[in-house]
Amino acid sequence: MGAHIAVSHVSKVFRSAEREVVALQDIHLDIPQGQFVCLLGPSGCGKSTLLNAIAGFAPPSAGSITAAGQVVTAPGPERGMVFQEYALFPWMTVAENIAFGLQIKRQPPAQVAATVDRLLAMLSLGDFRQRYPKDLSGGMRQRVAIARVLALDSPIMLMDEPFGALDALTRRNLQDELLRIWSELKKTIIFVTHSIEEAIYLADRIVVMTYRPGTVKRDLLVALPRPRDPAAAEFNALKRELGQLVMEEQQRHHHDELRLAAVD
Amino acid sequence: MAGRFAWRQAGVGLVLPVAVIAAWQAVAQLGWVNPQVLPSPQAVLARWWAYLLPLQPYDPAAGSWLRWAVSGELLTDAAGSLYRVVLGFAVGAGLALPLGLAMGASARVYDWCNVLVQMVRPVPPIAYIPLSMLWFGLGNPPAVFLIALGAFFPVLMNTIAGVRQVDGIYIRAARNLGASGLTLFRRVILPAAVPYILSGVRIGIGTAFIVVIVAEMVAVNNGLGFRILEAREYFWSDKIIAGMITIGLIGLAIDVGMNALNNHLLRWHRGLEH
Repeated sequence: MGAHIAVSHVSKVFRSAEREVVALQDIHLDIPQGQFVCLLGPSGCGKSTLLNAIAGFAPPSAGSITAAGQVVTAPGPERGMVFQEYALFPWMTVAENIAFGLQIKRQPPAQVAATVDRLLAMLSLGDFRQRYPKDLSGGMRQRVAIARVLALDSPIMLMDEPFGALDALTRRNLQDELLRIWSELKKTIIFVTHSIEEAIYLADRIVVMTYRPGTVKRDLLVALPRPRDPAAAEFNALKRELGQLVMEEQQRHHHDELRLAAVD
Repeated sequence: MAGRFAWRQAGVGLVLPVAVIAAWQAVAQLGWVNPQVLPSPQAVLARWWAYLLPLQPYDPAAGSWLRWAVSGELLTDAAGSLYRVVLGFAVGAGLALPLGLAMGASARVYDWCNVLVQMVRPVPPIAYIPLSMLWFGLGNPPAVFLIALGAFFPVLMNTIAGVRQVDGIYIRAARNLGASGLTLFRRVILPAAVPYILSGVRIGIGTAFIVVIVAEMVAVNNGLGFRILEAREYFWSDKIIAGMITIGLIGLAIDVGMNALNNHLLRWHRGLEH
């Protein structure tokens, strides 16, 4: 069986008038169907750039990406994306946001309504069906965003620090919800985060990335049984190990900023 | 609690108007000014009432009672002015909206049209009065033309800005969900631009209202603008002020209506949290 998502030798260079930033350099990843992968690293390590490339928003400068057997050239509903900023359409109610993708697919209204009902129930959003996003808390908004992507029934979910703006309790709550949905629906998930604990709590596999140029620093499988206990010794051993790796990159980021500040 | 607060607010707001009217009445009553220059509020109110009432006594043979009741000069004038505003605004905004959407969405259309727009825009609609009379003669056509011109640019500029400022995250999310082309435009870009478009509409209606009064003063022989200028010819200063009050009341009514429309169309908007 081939990989569900194949990132082969992908590089991405951002050029501006003054300088050139190599955001990604020769990234190579094969992700099998149903795997929950976390991309982990400090800000500026290119993890969101890689996710955007897989989503099809920003094509790589070199290399290629295939998802579900097709070469990625543009965004598409088979790779549903959940954004940190929620990106709900504020002029649509919760139900309309969830229905949007299905209406684009021209599904019959009865079928759309049935899917929306099912997802509202799955994500405990039933009471908020007719509300507008402005009336919802951050956690509720992100539930709607997840439901909106699930509505598409896409085999792949891309998540860009989706819980980064939430408080700790809401965050744990949504992490558990996401794990439940993932185990139920068997989706392939690529989840970007800078939280080591979040990565260990969620992922089958953690890919640690380096700070500029973004490369794969460590690619490891998390063997801990679920549900995982953040207080357990193995959890913390892994946390220490990954913390060391991420800190090295964080330092490089810091030095880079000092250097740039000195140039200015 | 909330109700009482609103009453207090309204009461505070009425203090100054009442004081101004009282001072005005006092000045008139003391005979400090020539009533032909500044009539008393009482005289203005009486004139406004007479202006509102039908000119002829009710005659069942002439038609229905309702038609008679609204046959007063004031209502006829107000209806004429409103008709011109609505028609002119509809023409101006109706042309500006699609052009603005096209110019906002397409860099090519923008490049083609922008220089012309920027050259024509600074000319105040009032400056078109002579030309509009040469082209359209007298009556409604030149007035509607001028009002349309006055409404056109505010709606156009705001629509362009509205489409251009649409947050990229919505477009990315919509494309991710499979939207493209017309669907993306109709269901994402257009609603996202609505707050800007509505403020353009608001400015456009304000301009239309200014232009209609001026247009009626020179090119139309009815309507509120015509009537207050006509009253000047006869030194009916009470009627001038009665006409001005009517203009103010209609402006207020339009503003209240626009507010209601705004609150309805933007009920999703963050700025309207109650």
